[in-house]
Amino acid sequence: MLKDITLGQFFPGDTLVHRLDPRTKLILMVVYITALFMAKGFPAYTFMLAVLITCLAVSRIKPKAIFRGLKPIFIIICITVILNIFFIRGETVLFQYRAIVITQEGLITAVFMASRLMMLIISTFLLTYTTSPITLTDGLERMLSPLKKIKLPVHEFAMMMSIALRMIPTLIEETDKIMSAQKSRGADFETGGLLKRAKAVLPLLIPLFISAFRRADELATAMESRCYHGGEGRTKMKILRFASRDFVALLFGACIVAAVVLLN
Amino acid sequence: MALIRTENLSHTYSTGTPFERVAVHDINFTAEKGEYVGIIGATGSGKSTFIQHLNGLLKPTTGNVYYDGTDIHESKKHTHDIRFKVGLVFQYPEYQLFESTVFDDIAFGPKNMGLPEDEIRERVYEAAGFVGLGESFMEKSPFGLSGGEKRRAAIAGVIAMRPEVLILDEPTAGLDPQGQAEIIRNIMSYKATHGATVLLVTHNMEEIARNVNRIVLLNKGNIVMDGTPAHVFSESERLSKLGLAAPKASLIAAKLRTLGLPLEQDIYTLKRLRKNLNELKGESGKLKAENEQHEIMAGQMNRPPVLQQEDVTGQMNRPPVWDANDGGEQHA
Ligand SMILES: Nc1ncnc2c1ncn2[C@@H]1O[C@H](COP(=O)(O)OP(=O)(O)OP(=O)(O)O)[C@@H](O)[C@H]1O
Ligand SMILES: [Mg+2]
Repeated sequence: MLKDITLGQFFPGDTLVHRLDPRTKLILMVVYITALFMAKGFPAYTFMLAVLITCLAVSRIKPKAIFRGLKPIFIIICITVILNIFFIRGETVLFQYRAIVITQEGLITAVFMASRLMMLIISTFLLTYTTSPITLTDGLERMLSPLKKIKLPVHEFAMMMSIALRMIPTLIEETDKIMSAQKSRGADFETGGLLKRAKAVLPLLIPLFISAFRRADELATAMESRCYHGGEGRTKMKILRFASRDFVALLFGACIVAAVVLLN
Repeated sequence: MALIRTENLSHTYSTGTPFERVAVHDINFTAEKGEYVGIIGATGSGKSTFIQHLNGLLKPTTGNVYYDGTDIHESKKHTHDIRFKVGLVFQYPEYQLFESTVFDDIAFGPKNMGLPEDEIRERVYEAAGFVGLGESFMEKSPFGLSGGEKRRAAIAGVIAMRPEVLILDEPTAGLDPQGQAEIIRNIMSYKATHGATVLLVTHNMEEIARNVNRIVLLNKGNIVMDGTPAHVFSESERLSKLGLAAPKASLIAAKLRTLGLPLEQDIYTLKRLRKNLNELKGESGKLKAENEQHEIMAGQMNRPPVLQQEDVTGQMNRPPVWDANDGGEQHA
């Protein structure tokens, strides 16, 4: 079912990683990804992997959830591997058949690229699985708030983002429901050619759009009746504050970069 | 042979995630042809999940569902065909309308069945007739109808497939009393004409008391009671423990019984209660001993023009009237 999509899903918990300030996690993710692109060679990669696994273990994310999240990008990883294997020409030829040449260098690059890609994606899971969307946008808003000085509508962007994030599961649920209802009347979304399937989607889209507009309208009314008038002078119920663990975590981030530089 | 049968049916949502939840657990249920079954249970007890198995929309996590002796998941094609035989009307079906005219929307099901044009037309008109939507509605846009009319158009969309089993998930939720009564009548007339089996999910006990001949009570995904309305409603204490309340009439009868009136045990509609009270009144001359108490009761029961009027229209679900008169004491 559509519901099983986990990309960007939050798993509530109470671990050190869950408790970190969202800004810390955002910064750490950027730091980690930068380090990942700086890393060269086997030792550095192993180190990065070890860091990732440690973080995953601390945050108690189940391996199952990670694999499910990786599924949608599996094809991209495969393509990367294949391209690298066949199109990188190195010195040591391992296998040759007519125009097909596989070299050791190609193989190694393929492995490195695939693992880098996977580690990159998994590190973003670490953020989205342990941070609720609301906290995340809150963190983003705070981090970008200096940009308000140059008249960028940071608050509005953050609000739009949190509403969008909030609506995704609702819309998926709604789609599921409408699909079930149309299936009950014999609609068939699974078989047939492209044209037939495209046609089958129409009974889905119309009610879905209508309900999305209705929801948007209701939400706007609800916000207005609670006197929402933009970010001006708006205070927070939960004010984000860096705790000592956040400083430790940031220090840990700096250490990662240093270690990678050394290992290179 | 039972028309519908489930065998150790269990369903778990989001298996393998922190949100894993057993919605339906080990249900063995059968429905015979022509039965009118009411399905009740508190919010989240698994009613909607359960009924979505009966036309193959949900696949059991474990267990099987049989229709007329065959496993409905035997093949994809079979599951698809079952959906025309087991018509399922979802909660708030009006949000699923999509065609540009009411006619086309009702015709969606029959079209998917691959019926010829004139048969489709006939079925659409018949279905619209059942739900009381006249010719004038046929060329209107479904989005221009009132809430109740939309609901009826959506129900017609399922009825037009002429299912042998009609399952409705809270078809009267959110409608005014008259609209509710109408929908229930529509269902009855479809059932009477086609001899269909009907499963009705509802939170409205009065509604269920007056119509069904069997009640299935779900709690936390299990069937905890299955029997005639008289049987189920006689256990009002158990019902209230499960977050439900017996119909007003059976609560009043129970209260009157504790006050000493020898009312019969199987009272759960106002009609029946009134009849029984009148019978007792007839005998009251002889029963001097109970005279005093009886006077009070008879006085109370005679007061309302409400009751008489209700008898005429056949609409008895007006809880506000009872609440006003009895001040909630019937919940005691
Ligand atoms: N699509 C879903 N994904 C995950 N959990 C679900 C889903 N649908 C229902 N549930 C859960 O399964 C349980 C049973 O839900 P169900 O909708 O069957 O209850 P219900 O008896 O129909 O309730 P109501 O009277 O409110 O309609 C609930 O606890 C619900 O949270
Ligand atoms: Mg339900």
